[in-house]
Amino acid sequence: MEIISNVNDGILYVKLSGDIDHHSAKTVRDCVDNLIRKNNPAELELDLSSIEFMDSSGLGLVLGRYKKQTDMGGKMKIINPTKRVLQILQLAGVEKIIKIERIRQA
Amino acid sequence: MKKEIKKIKKKRVILNQIKSSFPAKSINESLSRMIAASLVCQLDPTIDELADIKTAVSEAVTNCIVHGYGNNYKSISSVNKSGGEINLYACYYDDNSIKIIIKDKGKGIEDVKKAMQPLYTTDESGERSGMGFSIMQSFMDKIRVISNPGKGTTVIFEKKISRPV
Repeated sequence: MEIISNVNDGILYVKLSGDIDHHSAKTVRDCVDNLIRKNNPAELELDLSSIEFMDSSGLGLVLGRYKKQTDMGGKMKIINPTKRVLQILQLAGVEKIIKIERIRQA
Repeated sequence: MKKEIKKIKKKRVILNQIKSSFPAKSINESLSRMIAASLVCQLDPTIDELADIKTAVSEAVTNCIVHGYGNNYKSISSVNKSGGEINLYACYYDDNSIKIIIKDKGKGIEDVKKAMQPLYTTDESGERSGMGFSIMQSFMDKIRVISNPGKGTTVIFEKKISRPV
């Protein structure tokens, strides 16, 4: 699991790569929560374009970060989920509460 | 005279199988889906079919670790003494269908029907989505859950793999 992040204009961008399952979710959760605490961003952008595998632990991770962000008065969106990740997000109705954006990459 | 029509149901034949057991450690979630995927790959499944199977196996094994054994793995010796072991059986048949059985000897599920409802979770931290069984149901053709409180849970999946063109 690889995590890339940067902060720009109050937007915390976090890109996750690899597998998100119950085993890896804890590390990702701790890392993203640290970034949120440190930067207190107005918006969290979670880039899921490089996720190779995700199960319901990934759903829990996404929903947990959304709750954390909105509890702190911030916003969150998901960027470029893979077809597979999108399928799992839609199964849980995540797209009804979290904005999912497709951004054309250079 | 009434002609008797006898339905002849062809019994499917197992062509290959794998039996494995491993400790209920979260690192073995990826191992379990790789084991199942390696066997299923012999049927030349589509990428989506393979992803469906890997996801369902991962969900079931995670349930064993998190709920069956309460995330309580300590050591290999404790696995041998008091449980904490997960059994995975996978096979495929001559009709291109697969069967996967995942079994734990953990605390079991009191109310399987309730546990299988979408968004149902006993977790209060907000980090579990309660979608595990729903994902298993939507990605596999058949799912059966047998559980005895105090004795453990067995999840059985079946899925038909499309024949390569």
